[in-house]
Amino acid sequence: MTYALPISFSLNGQATAIEVPTHTLLIDLIRDRLGLKGTKRSCDMEVCGACTVLLDGEPISSCTTLAVDVDRREVTTIEGVTPPDGLSRIQKAFVLHGGLQCGFCTPGFIMAVTALLKATPHPTDEEIRHYLHGNLCRCTGYTKIFVAVRSLAAGQVSEDAA
Amino acid sequence: MLTTPFEFERASTIADAIRAVGQEGDGMFYSGGTELLLAMKMRVIHTERLIDIKGIPGLDRIVLNDANELEIGSRCTHAKIAGDPVIREHVPALASLCADVANVRVRSVGTIGGNLCFGEPHADPPTMLGALDARLVLQGPSGTRLVHADDFIRSELETVREPDELLTRVVFPRPAGPVTYRRFKHGERPSVNVAMAWSLDANGRRIRSARVRVGALGSRPQPLKAVEEALQGISVAEVRPAIEAVLPTALDELEVNEDRHGGADYKRHLAGVLLLRNAEEAIAAGGCA
Repeated sequence: MTYALPISFSLNGQATAIEVPTHTLLIDLIRDRLGLKGTKRSCDMEVCGACTVLLDGEPISSCTTLAVDVDRREVTTIEGVTPPDGLSRIQKAFVLHGGLQCGFCTPGFIMAVTALLKATPHPTDEEIRHYLHGNLCRCTGYTKIFVAVRSLAAGQVSEDAA
Repeated sequence: MLTTPFEFERASTIADAIRAVGQEGDGMFYSGGTELLLAMKMRVIHTERLIDIKGIPGLDRIVLNDANELEIGSRCTHAKIAGDPVIREHVPALASLCADVANVRVRSVGTIGGNLCFGEPHADPPTMLGALDARLVLQGPSGTRLVHADDFIRSELETVREPDELLTRVVFPRPAGPVTYRRFKHGERPSVNVAMAWSLDANGRRIRSARVRVGALGSRPQPLKAVEEALQGISVAEVRPAIEAVLPTALDELEVNEDRHGGADYKRHLAGVLLLRNAEEAIAAGGCA
């Protein structure tokens, strides 16, 4: 019977080996067993983007991903893109342009923008809207998030921006 | 919410996967899980065993074969199809459709095969695959059979696929004319969508045949037969009046569910608008084909 499986994967660059029940969801593994609480659960149905993490660099919904599916792969969470001594340039842009209020959706947005800028360092306005339309924010009205990302697309945020 | 517990098995060949699903108890094929896991979390679907097909080589292939047909492996993700050079060259409308399915996270892992097998009426790919005259290759314990995309979805969330049959490939002739697709949506799933594929004569001015499918209105995509007949054999310049002459009747014949996406008259109207816009795009494309 295989109701539990051993998996080994890279979590934010750190080798991680653990046995998980096969029906464990990635978000629960990350938050509850491995203690990284930055990833948020909201809609629980792949629509809102709050739980976004990167799997081999691609954004996925950790709320609807089986933990066994990350075996031998690389998972990156918000903790993995946050420098130990401050904020990343993407995070700084969000702060600078007021791209967050309550902050609950922000980790998901940061992860999505991380993936976007890696694939397309200088996205057009249309590319930004298209890529981020699957991340929901109920505070900002999106305009400030959009402006923050556009500043990154144009390479306007310097390291002293925050 | 968690699903109920299940066994998890990774198959490395198609035969292994079919055998594993067919064992005692209910097993299901599993790839991206973007539809299946949602349903399992809501406890609408229960399975005792998931058979992961992601490790089976060849199911993620996209090729133009010797018969001038495009073949898309069932476990190709929407993102893969959207970015595939062969699809972008020969069926750019399908690449664009896949680039717009749901959201970027769903496109990363969700597959075209999973989308079809779930039989969700509010879906993008089935409508276009009907217009492209696609056949779906189903492999089971006793062999392989082909099912036309039009016949695959039986009704809402129900297909003709047997539980131990694996959808392995989607195959359709390389389009010989413009393919167009439009949808209207409120959330992530289409409220109404319309796909149209024309086969043009050698000089690109006359329509040999046309296939038109309207999706998301009933339990599965529906042909607009009157429009297809009106388009057959006419020149591209005559398209608009030809469609307008038969459109009201054609739309009236559609089966339309009233649901949270809108009332029947409203959705019929939208289908007509989308169709005419597709036609404008096809006329522009057809003129320079």
